[in-house]
Amino acid sequence: MKLNRNAVGWLNVSPLLAVMVPFFIVPIIVVFIASIMQTDGFGGMFWDPSLENYSYIFKSDLTYRLYFETVKFAVLTLVFSAFIGFWVAHFLVFHVRSKLLAMGLFLVCTVPFWTSNIIRMISWIPLLGKEGLINRALIAMGAIQEPLEFLLYSDFAVVVAYVHQLTIFMIVPIFNSMARIDKRVVEAAVDAGASKFDIMRYIIVPMSKSGIALGAIFVVSIVMGDFFVVKVMSGGGTASVVGAFYEDIGVLQYPSAAASAIILTILVMLMVAAILRIVDIRKEITQ
Amino acid sequence: MTKSTKTPKLSRRGFIKAGAAAAGAAAGSGAITGFPTIWAQEIKDIELRHVGVSYSVVKAIGDQAAKDLGFKVTMQNLDTSASINRFITQPNTVDICDLEGWQAKLAAKRGVIQGIEAKRIKQFDNFLPIFTKGELDGSQIANQGISPYAALYLEKKDSTELHDGVADWLTNVPQVYNADSIGYRPDLVDHPVTEWKDLIDPKYKGKAAILDVPAIGIMDAALCMESAGLIDYGDKGNMTREEIDKTIDILIDLKKSGHFRATWTTFDQSVQLMAAGEVIIQSMWSPAVAAVRTKEIPCIYAPVNKKNGKEGYRGWCNGMGLMNHLEGKKLDAAYEYINWYLEGWQGAFVSRYGYYSPVPSTAKNYMSDTEWAYWYEGKPAPEAISDPYGVPMEPAGTVRDGGSFVERVTNISCWNTLMDEAAYMNKRWNDFKVA
Repeated sequence: MKLNRNAVGWLNVSPLLAVMVPFFIVPIIVVFIASIMQTDGFGGMFWDPSLENYSYIFKSDLTYRLYFETVKFAVLTLVFSAFIGFWVAHFLVFHVRSKLLAMGLFLVCTVPFWTSNIIRMISWIPLLGKEGLINRALIAMGAIQEPLEFLLYSDFAVVVAYVHQLTIFMIVPIFNSMARIDKRVVEAAVDAGASKFDIMRYIIVPMSKSGIALGAIFVVSIVMGDFFVVKVMSGGGTASVVGAFYEDIGVLQYPSAAASAIILTILVMLMVAAILRIVDIRKEITQ
Repeated sequence: MTKSTKTPKLSRRGFIKAGAAAAGAAAGSGAITGFPTIWAQEIKDIELRHVGVSYSVVKAIGDQAAKDLGFKVTMQNLDTSASINRFITQPNTVDICDLEGWQAKLAAKRGVIQGIEAKRIKQFDNFLPIFTKGELDGSQIANQGISPYAALYLEKKDSTELHDGVADWLTNVPQVYNADSIGYRPDLVDHPVTEWKDLIDPKYKGKAAILDVPAIGIMDAALCMESAGLIDYGDKGNMTREEIDKTIDILIDLKKSGHFRATWTTFDQSVQLMAAGEVIIQSMWSPAVAAVRTKEIPCIYAPVNKKNGKEGYRGWCNGMGLMNHLEGKKLDAAYEYINWYLEGWQGAFVSRYGYYSPVPSTAKNYMSDTEWAYWYEGKPAPEAISDPYGVPMEPAGTVRDGGSFVERVTNISCWNTLMDEAAYMNKRWNDFKVA
């Protein structure tokens, strides 16, 4: 029996559809419907479709401040994790000669991630606190008189925790794309008299772009959708987009929380689209 | 550990069996002959899921109940907002819901709970009148916010509105409650704290923290503002938009001046903030203060007795509600479970945390004289005091902060609530957070 081309195509995408439709499309539709309904203030929802929930969100200064904070954390985390991730991957690919050792070291990078996110985040607290290890050491050395308060319950602490949690999402794809760079290309460039900087600029960075882009997608979407790290590490000193609508749900304001969720989803999709626009991952990977 | 030294006259097992048989008969299932055995066979397969916050739905209590009652009890913990969301959106996944007054109001309104028949609650007449009549020792209990009394009654089994005044049906059966105030480090704060305004005193800039659960954080803040004479509230438990705005604006100013080192959401965070020296004064719960002290760090739970119409504790109370889907044997088992709670074992257990039982007369039977004197009478402990799990807490001679039970409870000035303007308040609270 021979299937026609169309049927083969549908069969090919069916596993993806089987996942996307029930776990993404349907929930998004449900959330969207909730977002245009109205609430009675006691958890009850009734059908009186309007975009009022959306216009309320767009009219509120709070929305913009929350997005500013959350995007700020996403960008800072992206910059630091990309920088660290790039150099770790570079070291593993170009400086470790034995493939086996490189693989071994690569696996070592994943060891901290065998513990839970929460434990890894919380373990920063005794280190960064007013009476934490760093402050005590600095005071004992006489470098400072008063403990540095910005270390914990601050934006700094939030970024530290995010970078710690998410750098692995940079290392893996960058390592993967760098490992596929043909070493002979680098050798040829050296022979032709290229400087180290040129090699980096014209060969390694362009050829690792797809890895950086993939890592960026992970980092951005995770930070945008998180509220727990911000809550704990900032000591409640700042808020996040998701944290705010989680609190809406706490007082049973489902429609406005749903509207916020839809807006966030659209925004994250736009950010991912922008990343893909800058780097054509499909083209890079199939090369 | 000073376990209960008095044994109840009737053996627990026998007592429960008799109760179960009576309940079974009341349910009108007919066959009386040899009923207790049949009952014992059938209840083995029953499982009750009791869902609520961790300080109220405690595994050790559920285990003891299962042992005494002969059916399975599963305790599941969620935070306050996740609990009420689950009760409302997935009512069939819960059998016994643990409710605060305001949650009982919501759950009744949504029709997810059924009225509890007061007559079937054996200890109902021994309940403290705080719950049943809204008074104690002749003094009225505060009615700002949603008091346990205000949220207790329903007119009929399936009513969806609370009933004003005494009725035959209950939304929930109170099981544990307390009065919250401020915790502080006596070695670092230069005077005994008895007023909320100390929490926002510029002297403690960068060393203070406040509770970051909007619904109750705002009430703690309001107690501070009222105490400092900054704002007069009509009802702290149900603020107007202007009152919310004024309160949040002052909080934002305080935050901008660097007053708050942090805010906290969980019990553990509050303990950690205080124990690690991050803060020296913060809104705090009584057992959290005790937890700091067990680390040998001095910490006092401020007695904020009412004066001049200001101050006072913020009270809370959790009770057990019956979900609407319960019926037949499972409903009978749920009634047995609720009745078991009020027989004293659980009351003694929660008392050793620093919380209170709504039926102290039965809890007393399971507590030693030392424990009773310390936890309820506010007297110096004749012997050392241990926590519910037997870990030593206080040496002999210690007096409980805030004094006796009556002194504390009659000084509650507002109760946990959900304000009419809750959605607006949440938005403003987030303004404070991102400021």
